[in-house]
Amino acid sequence: MSRSPMVGVTGQLVKILVLSVVAALAIWAATPLVQAEAWIGLGVVIAVTALIFYIYLSPKRLPAKYLLPGTLLLIAFQLIPVFVTVSTSVTNYGDGHRGDKADAVAMIQAGAVKEVPGSPRYLLSVAWEGENTSDGKLVFLLTEPGDRQYLLGDDQGLSPLDPGSLTVDGDGRILAAEGYTVLSRAQFNAHSDQITSFAVPTDAGGIRSTGFDAYEGVSTRVYDEGCDCITDSETGEVFYADNDNGYFVTEDGTRLRQGWRVNVGLDNFARFFTDPEVRGPFLSIFTWNMMFAVGSVLFTFALGLACAMAMNHDRIRGKTLYRILMVLPYAMPSFAMLLVWRDMFNPDYGLLNQLLGLELNWFGETWTSRAAVLLVNTWLGYPYMFLICTGALQALPRDTLEAARIDGATGFQAFRKITLPLLLVSLTPLLISSFAFNFNNFNAIQLTSAGHPFPDGSPQTGDTDLLITYTFRLAFNGTGVDYGYAAAVSMFIFTIVAVISGISFARTRNQEEIYR
Amino acid sequence: MKGNWFTQVGWRHAVAWVAVAFSLIPIVFVVSSAFNPLGTLSSTSLLPAHGFSMSNLVKLFETTNFGQWYLNTLMIAGVASAVSIFISALAAYAFSRFRFRGRRVSLLSLLLIQMFPQFLAIVAIFLIFTQVGQYWPQLGFNTWSGLILVYLGGALGVSTWLMKGFFDTIPKELDESATMDGASHNQIFFRIILPLVTPILAITGLLAFIGMVNEYIIASVFLTSSSDKTLAVGLVGMVAANTREAQFGMFCAGTLLTAIPTVGVFMFLQRYIVHGLTGGAVKG
Repeated sequence: MSRSPMVGVTGQLVKILVLSVVAALAIWAATPLVQAEAWIGLGVVIAVTALIFYIYLSPKRLPAKYLLPGTLLLIAFQLIPVFVTVSTSVTNYGDGHRGDKADAVAMIQAGAVKEVPGSPRYLLSVAWEGENTSDGKLVFLLTEPGDRQYLLGDDQGLSPLDPGSLTVDGDGRILAAEGYTVLSRAQFNAHSDQITSFAVPTDAGGIRSTGFDAYEGVSTRVYDEGCDCITDSETGEVFYADNDNGYFVTEDGTRLRQGWRVNVGLDNFARFFTDPEVRGPFLSIFTWNMMFAVGSVLFTFALGLACAMAMNHDRIRGKTLYRILMVLPYAMPSFAMLLVWRDMFNPDYGLLNQLLGLELNWFGETWTSRAAVLLVNTWLGYPYMFLICTGALQALPRDTLEAARIDGATGFQAFRKITLPLLLVSLTPLLISSFAFNFNNFNAIQLTSAGHPFPDGSPQTGDTDLLITYTFRLAFNGTGVDYGYAAAVSMFIFTIVAVISGISFARTRNQEEIYR
Repeated sequence: MKGNWFTQVGWRHAVAWVAVAFSLIPIVFVVSSAFNPLGTLSSTSLLPAHGFSMSNLVKLFETTNFGQWYLNTLMIAGVASAVSIFISALAAYAFSRFRFRGRRVSLLSLLLIQMFPQFLAIVAIFLIFTQVGQYWPQLGFNTWSGLILVYLGGALGVSTWLMKGFFDTIPKELDESATMDGASHNQIFFRIILPLVTPILAITGLLAFIGMVNEYIIASVFLTSSSDKTLAVGLVGMVAANTREAQFGMFCAGTLLTAIPTVGVFMFLQRYIVHGLTGGAVKG
């Protein structure tokens, strides 16, 4: 293949530039890995960089040159998360089961400290790691009153703080620290339960709070490697390690709250089918999830098709204006409109109750709540169906319809026997995608009903919850975080969607053969 | 045989009126609340009843980081959708023009992996980025670059399929004659194919942009500090607090401002949209 010399030069320059950027990025990425001695990570960085250089410097591998950027991103942020999900789903990872066994032992010992005469005291400020209180973890910012040493205490232990990054008052109490949000008095009181149960593990035992001070006490619970157990010197109870399930337990079954992360095999999956506390809500959520997805597709398609049929006529005046107005919901930011709808359903001053003269507590009853989310989802989704139906109608062969008219079919008969089946052939793949999308339509539920209403005694499973909102609550809802189980539910959702989509796509292919 | 006016045309207008009313009522409500000087949920009504005022807009910028959220959203969604359509276009070109070993398998596995929506792996993404942030704080939580990378993870996928279908319709003879004239593959891609596929690039870009502006679940796990939020995380947080009834007017003003870029691009691309959507994209 001959090339003009100019092109060769430009192409080479671009290639050199891009590869230099890659090399620079690789060095930047490798530096912290070398410092942390993370050799596996470093190996991956080197391998990926070598692969990039190999592919772009080689004269062959043409398709690979075009596919590499997307493939690398796909592997890093789509495929690896899937694998991590799978591996998390077979663990008990979650609150109380975050670290390894040594962490758990340290936490348990620190949690049972008692103040004894002569215990060192500290001035205490409580803070959140990060810039706000909604995430990050609780930490103690401690001041040793004598020589004014500033210490950071977290669930790993003590570490010194740089005095330059702190603002302190006259006594030496820390008022502000870079990278931390110090709790005000009011916040301190609001979180007092969390603060009093928090403990910093130390060699002697642990540091706990007492009022606005902290003391370093001696632990009443001591771990003994010989029996792999923890003995409480006050009550005399002995907690033995259950290494299969990752917690300490007495012979009569009392469990310590703090455990560690272990592989639990398929326990999380078995919970769907065996644990009655999970099985009941799970089945009802699943049933409603199917109803929601099917209902959403059905209603949006019906309304969208009706509009497209109505507009599919030469003698309609103002067609363009109608179209723009109908499609407007599609162009509005859906997350914001979902919240607006939520407020339109407000039982006290919501627009719907006002307009219709009703006094319904929409999200307070199971069926009004379900009707409400379906109505909202129809509003958001029908413009899309309108657009695709319009496109598909315009592509229909005109002569078939005319032949039907000549044979004496009424408008409705022609629609049912000819137009609809033909439309369905081209639209079924899109309807299936829409089903898959709505099956996991997190925003539509979370931002409107947020799962409400919650029946008495089941704070985790609301009547309008989809599997995905349920999963999200399990994984990220402050109390009782359970990543392992949430990951298992994710796997389950994926299987359902994949199976249903697979079957439907296979059936569509058969249909196409009939009509073509 | 002609039916009467109603069976021919009248019912069409009736359906259209009902649909337009259904479409517009919430939007009219938002507009009226946004300009309602009282600005609480309890004071709002479908049509403006309390006069007209810009006070909600002013308050929105004064009391929240709305301007910053807006900028963040435009930057994140803009950069991520631009890069993602470029990457998909590269891949679609390879799938459409080259025949190589593993082509069919790659196309099929792409479809399968896409069925595992990224937010199902939200727990995993959270765990992964906790680690990433320790080594590279520039990519960790509360950064644009980290969130953009997560979004780009899904770049190959629906849009690649959509584009591949469109690329296939462009005659191969064009490539062949360019090759005869001595053009390289890169030149064919950048000088011949890309200009011809602008409509599909525009549509996939728009869909990706809309999707990312509306994306809430990943962003909410990812962006927690106030200044780095996107509009979705920021506005949802604004009304999620107990003050939501009081801030309803501000919220509606924010909604309208958020709609501006989308509606603008939408109007601009109107003629391409019907065609592009039937190609197989989804927004619920």
